Amino acid sequence: MTDRQTVFDKVADLIEPFNKKGVALSDATTFQHDLEWDSLTVMDFVAAVEDDFDIIITMNMQAEIETVGQLVDAVIKLGS
Amino acid sequence: MTDLFSKFDPLIQQRENLLSTGVRDPFSLVMEEVKSPTVAVCNGRETILLGTYNYMGMTFDPDVIAAGKKAFDEFGAGTTGSRVLNGTFRDHRDVEEALKEFYAMDHAMVFSTGYQANLGIISTIAGKGDYIILDIDSHASIYDGCKMGDAEVVAFRHNDVEALEKRLKRLPPEAGKLVVLEGVYSMMGDVAPLKEMIRVSKEAGAMVLVDEAHSMGFIGEHGRGVAEEQGVIDDVDFIIGTFSKSVGTVGGFCVSNHPKFEVMRLVCRPYVFTAALPPSVMASSATSIRKLMHGSNKRAHLWENSKTLHKGLRDLGFKLGTETPQSAIIAVIMPDLERGAMMWEALLDNGLYVNLARPPATPAGMTLLRCSLCAEHTAEQVQDILKRFAIAGRAAGIIS
Repeated sequence: MTDRQTVFDKVADLIEPFNKKGVALSDATTFQHDLEWDSLTVMDFVAAVEDDFDIIITMNMQAEIETVGQLVDAVIKLGS
Repeated sequence: MTDLFSKFDPLIQQRENLLSTGVRDPFSLVMEEVKSPTVAVCNGRETILLGTYNYMGMTFDPDVIAAGKKAFDEFGAGTTGSRVLNGTFRDHRDVEEALKEFYAMDHAMVFSTGYQANLGIISTIAGKGDYIILDIDSHASIYDGCKMGDAEVVAFRHNDVEALEKRLKRLPPEAGKLVVLEGVYSMMGDVAPLKEMIRVSKEAGAMVLVDEAHSMGFIGEHGRGVAEEQGVIDDVDFIIGTFSKSVGTVGGFCVSNHPKFEVMRLVCRPYVFTAALPPSVMASSATSIRKLMHGSNKRAHLWENSKTLHKGLRDLGFKLGTETPQSAIIAVIMPDLERGAMMWEALLDNGLYVNLARPPATPAGMTLLRCSLCAEHTAEQVQDILKRFAIAGRAAGIIS
């Protein structure tokens, strides 16, 4: 079982290069409204998360993920 | 009451802002007369067409028109029925025979549009528990086919073989997999590295579908597309194509060597639950497809046109979507939608029609002026086109 904080920190690291406005990150931070990412940024970021954790986040799953917390939970579930 | 249309307000506003700058609406052009595959009358003015998908110029081919007229007289205006009930006439079968000859494949199935071909085949063959792996820049009809079906969808970076391979390796080995690729990507006019992509797909045990809509009739020794050109057509499980481009009519199709392919006619809903195309369209299409089999001279001329236009636009200082001419599509990259629309209008005022393409159709949020060439464009017309681009580009401040 992966420590949730470790995964959160890793996800935060991966968000960093795309976090142009330096938004403070919490579980509740949304990708669309808080980080203001467009679909292209989302794609690059998803690819980075997939490669780092060696997982696949299908587009079906992506549609359900709106916040950083939801992504962290999804990554833990997919990696287990 | 919540107005269900309020979700469109941002788009309505963007459109109003654009039109308030005084530019003509780029998305409501009317062709009052069509004189040939390359010339029409728009706004009362004779205009060179550089934004159609009439790559091989078959729309006015005398044999194609004669075949359609004859079928019109003999079989009537329409089918009023589904292909599986009363909508299969002699010429529907004949056009499927023509496709089998053209591609040298065992099975061919004709849909009412290319959109429906992708929608139907993708949503039907990839079911619950299966995976579809697609290029992120795939056409809307591919995405809609995914949305209509129950498979899991995995996207990879455009034309990136390594990204495709990595994702294939992460999927469960026993799961059904369909890799969906396009030969030519229609926005930028670039070609896919099908040889490598199909190799990694096959190594991962995936079936491969290639949409060759924008390459049929033009790319490959027999005009079968990019997979033929790269020597891997025998490894493609399904080729999707359309009649509304090089063939010059309307309709879509899938060809395949899969031994069980014919079952698709019973289970593919966008095939079953829609009316079959009119017999005149089928007869024209069959004649056109058979003529395209012998179109090597036209293909050579179309390549010449593509190379001349690509080089000429580069020399003028325009930024293009591809380093080299890879297809009959040349995308000119505009700095933004406003200046793209200005340039588009300046071209139209100079008697030249191109496609203005904008997000979400385009990748990376780009605004593009898409030029698509025709084998019937003369060398003189291409020079004329370059002159008009120079004038309009300077007027719109895109080039100096």
